[in-house]
Amino acid sequence: MDFQTHISIRNLSVSYGTQQALKNISLDIPDRKITVIIGPSGCGKTTLLKSLNRLLDSVDGVKIEGHIYVDGEDIYDPKIEVTHIRKKMGLLSQKPQVLPMSIYDNVAYGPRIHNGLDKKRLSRIVEDHLQVAGLWDEVKDRLHEPASRLSVGQQQRLCLARGLAVEPEIILGDEPTSALDPQSSQNVERRLNELKSEYTVVVVTHILRQARRIADYLAFLYLGELVEHGPAAEIFQNPRDLRTRAYLTGEIS
Amino acid sequence: MRLLKDLLARRLMLFLTAVPGLLVFLMLLGLVQKSRAILALKSFSQLLFSSSWHPLRGEFGLFPFLMGTLWVTVAAMIIAVPISLLTAVYLSEYAPRFVREFAKPMVDLLAGIPSVVYGVWGVLMVVPFVGKTLAPLFGAYSSGYCVLSGGVVLAIMIFPTIIHVSLEVFSTVPNELREASLSLGATQWETVKHVVLRKGLQGITAAVVLGLSRAFGETIAVLMVVGNVPKLPQSIFDPAYPLPALIANNYGEMMSIPLYDSALMLAALVLLVVVLFFNLAARFILVRAERKAE
Amino acid sequence: MMNLRRRKIEERIFRFFMVTSTVIVLGSLLLIIGAVVVKSLPALKLSMITQTPKGGYYLGKEGGILNAIVGSLYLAGGATLLSFLLSLPIVVFLNVYAKKSSAFATWTRFSLDVLWGVPSIVYGAFGFIIMMFFGLRASLLAGIITVALLELPIMTRAMDEVVRLVPGSLKDASYSLGATKLETAFHVVVRQSLPGIMTAVLIALGRGIGDAASVIFTAGFTDNIPTSLLQPAATLPLAIFYQLGTPFPEVQQRAYASAAVLTLIILAISLGSRLLVGRFAKHRIK
Repeated sequence: MDFQTHISIRNLSVSYGTQQALKNISLDIPDRKITVIIGPSGCGKTTLLKSLNRLLDSVDGVKIEGHIYVDGEDIYDPKIEVTHIRKKMGLLSQKPQVLPMSIYDNVAYGPRIHNGLDKKRLSRIVEDHLQVAGLWDEVKDRLHEPASRLSVGQQQRLCLARGLAVEPEIILGDEPTSALDPQSSQNVERRLNELKSEYTVVVVTHILRQARRIADYLAFLYLGELVEHGPAAEIFQNPRDLRTRAYLTGEIS
Repeated sequence: MRLLKDLLARRLMLFLTAVPGLLVFLMLLGLVQKSRAILALKSFSQLLFSSSWHPLRGEFGLFPFLMGTLWVTVAAMIIAVPISLLTAVYLSEYAPRFVREFAKPMVDLLAGIPSVVYGVWGVLMVVPFVGKTLAPLFGAYSSGYCVLSGGVVLAIMIFPTIIHVSLEVFSTVPNELREASLSLGATQWETVKHVVLRKGLQGITAAVVLGLSRAFGETIAVLMVVGNVPKLPQSIFDPAYPLPALIANNYGEMMSIPLYDSALMLAALVLLVVVLFFNLAARFILVRAERKAE
Repeated sequence: MMNLRRRKIEERIFRFFMVTSTVIVLGSLLLIIGAVVVKSLPALKLSMITQTPKGGYYLGKEGGILNAIVGSLYLAGGATLLSFLLSLPIVVFLNVYAKKSSAFATWTRFSLDVLWGVPSIVYGAFGFIIMMFFGLRASLLAGIITVALLELPIMTRAMDEVVRLVPGSLKDASYSLGATKLETAFHVVVRQSLPGIMTAVLIALGRGIGDAASVIFTAGFTDNIPTSLLQPAATLPLAIFYQLGTPFPEVQQRAYASAAVLTLIILAISLGSRLLVGRFAKHRIK
């Protein structure tokens, strides 16, 4: 398989106060593939993910060193506009975070902020993205109801639609199905698979079986270090590092 | 023996626990009872809406005092609400940790300063400022003892109330929600506007209503700076005579003039009922908000 | 991109207002304490706190505010004690004996919330009604009763908030060892929440000692230190108020000094509560 790089992480180190969360990570994330980051809890997976869309910026006492290049620009360059970077990436959190507004307004939130109001265009955007997320049929008659009334599975798909509506290039998922029932989980995994033809997807998960199902590229983190990375099939069949092997066989978790 | 002690203690504590509930009733009852004398002579609406306050002649129109309370309270709220909310948002969403840790105890300190000290400061700084500097700026004449002075002092007194409750409300908004908004490329301010404030709207309303109820009942500080002239104020530079001040100022004469004490007790009753109403409203809002969140 | 500029400008404008507001709030604190302290310095002599007013004090002659300092301490002290004797049993009952969802408990808590919001002048008026009913004159006793009622909801609510936090599992552990509810209440629950209880008491004390509107009807005023409960008592807040009201600048200066003394006492109480919490926290189970 040949991979083109979309995101290039170079010597990334992140520490919270005196605790170091990520140690000198260098990783190339391939374009339009699903990259899955795995590792035991506390190994820094979420920190790595959040460093990609600069959500770490607002944490008290955080220190970030290194570079992350997306489409050639270093996203940590002080001259770069943060909202511009974040717009390129859509985030799907573990617990669906619906904004305190209607279903329609949730999806329209991003486009409204970035492009201003044009009722007809907005309605189209909302409908299109709800379709892609596979939610349109279930909500088309109640678009202006509060989003909080949806079931958890529906809420997560709403968050997906919302994230796609700002037309990102990259989708980030932080354990996106761990709060969902098996049916909804399957649904979300299916969407991610469909989306990878147009978007680069980076997912963090602790469910090994999920990684096996969806990963094209795999990165294994252990105690803040990038132990091994490469095409998923290769790593699952032939892990080179002892630690990777131990994790994959369930010895360490 | 131990069981006997337990039983006796339980009986005693039960009895004592009934006190608060009883107390509310007793207060209302007592005030109503004392107001009956004057209500027997004049109708309630007559007392409430008459502007004629001449106790020696037996005239007890409470309207100027109601209006006085209203003017001062509204002035205080107009000043206090925006400043308090902006401060709470800043401390919660923008301020670096050390600023927040430093500011929060200071706000609590503000809450601890006794009312009479606020009054002293008001006489010291606010009254001269309003009378000699501010009023002439607007082309008005004022002695400084006026609605505006009362409003300013009262506003500072309710800053801590609104700020404290608002900060608590903001802290219940989950961080992940803010992250969700930021991830979509919103600025921090947009996140505050559309997410934090919206999520906390009911809590903030309750905070404001609590501040309002505190403002209504505050006595001594306002009394010292507001002028205490029993006439309807026509502008914020005019003196006013709020209800609590009326009650506090005249307890001396109250027993020597017929019906005076009854009139003042009626005023206290009105005050109690209004404050009760606002408090209940705030609680109602908070309970509804909690229920919605489930 | 014009859109982005507008968004950034809007943020910057509101940020400016936010910082300004915070400065106003914190600034007023400094202004108030600063002004009172500065104005009080000329009149802050030892005689202020060690002497009672001599003849003509309010006209500018000798004396101090010892009457008010002692009067306030007696009154607030007595009121806080009385209030504590009511608050503790109520809080214990609500948290150890009553069922969580009992209507009685809910109604009581609701009443306490209602009472919490009642203005102090209304407590004063009610105190006056009680005085009339029992034939009491303006006195230390009447003041104590009134302020105790004022402090009751404040102390009880603060105490309840802390005692509520004692986990049910802790209480269950005690019951399963055969302890009665009473024993559990005092040996386990109260001990666990001791720092919080003390803080609640001190918060109420601070409020009680600084309040004027509740004592204006009920405690009277005098130049002497009360020697019995039935004598009128001077209080600091009223002393400040009366001194400020005279036309003599020397006496007004003393009002500022008295205000400084009152503020100092309250700050001391507040500081004391923080220190005590630290010392008594060692018994707690985290």
